[in-house]
Amino acid sequence: MNIFDIMGPIMVGPSSSHTAGAVRIGLITRHLLGSQPVSAQLLLHGSFAATGKGHGTDRALVAGLLDMAPDDPRIPRAFALAREAGMELNISTAVLRGAHPNTVLLRVGDSQGREMEVNASSLGGGRVRVNAIDGMEATFTGDYPTLIIRNQDKPGAVAEVTGILSRRQVNIATMQLYRDRRGGLAVMVLESDQPIWAEAVEELRASPGIVRVTYLDMEGGH
Amino acid sequence: MSFGSVESLLRAAESVPVWEAVLLDDLSDRGVEREASWEKMAGLWRAMEESVASYDPERRSACGLTGGDGAKVEQAQIGLCGPVLTAVMATALKVGECNACMGRIVAAPTAGASGVLPAVLLPMKEKYGFTDEDMVRSLYVAAGFGQVIATRASIAGAEGGCQAEVGSASAMAAAALVSLLGGTPEQMAWACATALQNLMGLVCDPVAGLVELPCVKRNVIGAVNALTAAELALAGVGSPIPCDEVIDAMRAVGDVLPAALRETGGGGLAATPTGRRIAEELLGR
Repeated sequence: MNIFDIMGPIMVGPSSSHTAGAVRIGLITRHLLGSQPVSAQLLLHGSFAATGKGHGTDRALVAGLLDMAPDDPRIPRAFALAREAGMELNISTAVLRGAHPNTVLLRVGDSQGREMEVNASSLGGGRVRVNAIDGMEATFTGDYPTLIIRNQDKPGAVAEVTGILSRRQVNIATMQLYRDRRGGLAVMVLESDQPIWAEAVEELRASPGIVRVTYLDMEGGH
Repeated sequence: MSFGSVESLLRAAESVPVWEAVLLDDLSDRGVEREASWEKMAGLWRAMEESVASYDPERRSACGLTGGDGAKVEQAQIGLCGPVLTAVMATALKVGECNACMGRIVAAPTAGASGVLPAVLLPMKEKYGFTDEDMVRSLYVAAGFGQVIATRASIAGAEGGCQAEVGSASAMAAAALVSLLGGTPEQMAWACATALQNLMGLVCDPVAGLVELPCVKRNVIGAVNALTAAELALAGVGSPIPCDEVIDAMRAVGDVLPAALRETGGGGLAATPTGRRIAEELLGR
C-alpha cells in the first residue's frame, strides 16, 4: 500500500466506495462503449440500492458516463448535465444473484446503435472491478491497459491473439479466458503494463474468428 | 517497501527527519522523482485548503440532515475551549459537511474521516505562521504513520469500526502536529499511540448507512483528540505501550466488533428509534 493510497484521493464526497468508485464504474463503462451513451439503464444492487440515493451513487454513475473523474465538482449536477447532453436515463434497483454488495448493472447504448451491458462492483477506497460484459464473465479493474477480446471458441484463437501482441512487442501482464459453452463465444481479458499500440488493436480486430475487440486505457483518457 | 511498523519508520528516521524518510521511501516504492512525489502531496494540501475555503453554509446533504453547523460554531465563538479549539472544531465540521454535501475533499485516510487532518493543520498554520512547505512535510509524517496503521490494522470502518477511520485520522494528525511543532520522532510515536488509545473501540454506526450522522461530529472529536495527544507527547508524556502494539490492539478490537457496529447501519445510533425512522423516511422517498 503506497502513501497515496492512504493520503487521498481528492474526490467528491461523501463515500469512496459509493461515490468515487461509482464515478469510476461509469467512466470505465463509457470507455468500454467507446463513446458517450445516449441511453443508460442503471440497476443498483445491494448496498448501492439501499443507500445509493443518500450517497449520490446514481448521480456519480451518470457523471462517469459523462466523462467526469471522481474529483469533478460537477458530479452533483450530473442529472441536469445528462439531460442537456441528451442522455436518456432509467435508474432502478434490482437483486443480482451472488453479486458483491456494491454492484451495478449498466445497459448503455450510443448514437450509432452500439449497445453494451456492464456488471461492475465498487470494492472500497474507490477501487472497482468489472465482473461481466454483455452477460459474459470478464474480470478486470481498469487499473492497467486492458484488452477484452470476444472470439469464436476454436483451436488456435489464443495463439492468434498472443502472436499478434508478441509481434507488436506488447508484454502481457495477466490473461484470463472465459467461454459460454464449448465451441461457442469466448472472452479473453488481457492486462498489459504499458499502453497497447492502436495498430495492434486494429490487427486484432481484423483477425478471422475475432468478433469484437474492446481496448480500455483509463490513463490514456485522463 | 513501505513501513510495516512505527519502529522501522523511526529507524529510517535516525539519519533524516521523519517526513524525509517517508518521502524517500515513496520514491523507491513507486519509482518516481522527488518533485513528482512532493507535487502530489502539495496538491493534496491545496485541495484540503480549498475544501475549507469553498465551504457553503447554505448547502445541505441529499437527505437534508447535514449542513451549516461549521458556520454556526464559527459565528457563535463560544470560546469555551479557547479560540484555536473553536477554529479546529469549526474546520472539522466544515470539511465533514462538505463531504456529506458532495463537495470536493481529500480522503485522508478516508472520505468519512476527511475533516480531521485539515481541522488540526489549517488553524495551526494560521496560529504559528507555518509555510506551505512545513504543512506538506507534516502530511508526509501523517502518511508514514497512516501507512503503518493501514498495514498492521485497518483504515476501513467496515473492517475495524470508526476507530479505524476517525481513530486512524486522529493518530496521523497527532503525529503530524508533533512534527510541525518540532517534536522528536519518539514524541510523534507517543502522540500516535495516545490518540489511538483514546478512541479505541469507537464503533461505526452511521444512521441510514450515510456518511453524515454521527460521522461529521466524530471528525470534531478526532481533531480535538489529536491536539490533546500531541500536547501530551510534546510535554514529555510517553506511551508505556509501544505504538506498534497499540495499533495491533486496535486491529484486535476491530476483529471482535460485531458486524452491526461496522458500517452496516445495523447498530449503535443507527439502531435507535430515531435513527431507524430517519432511515425509513429516506428509503420511502
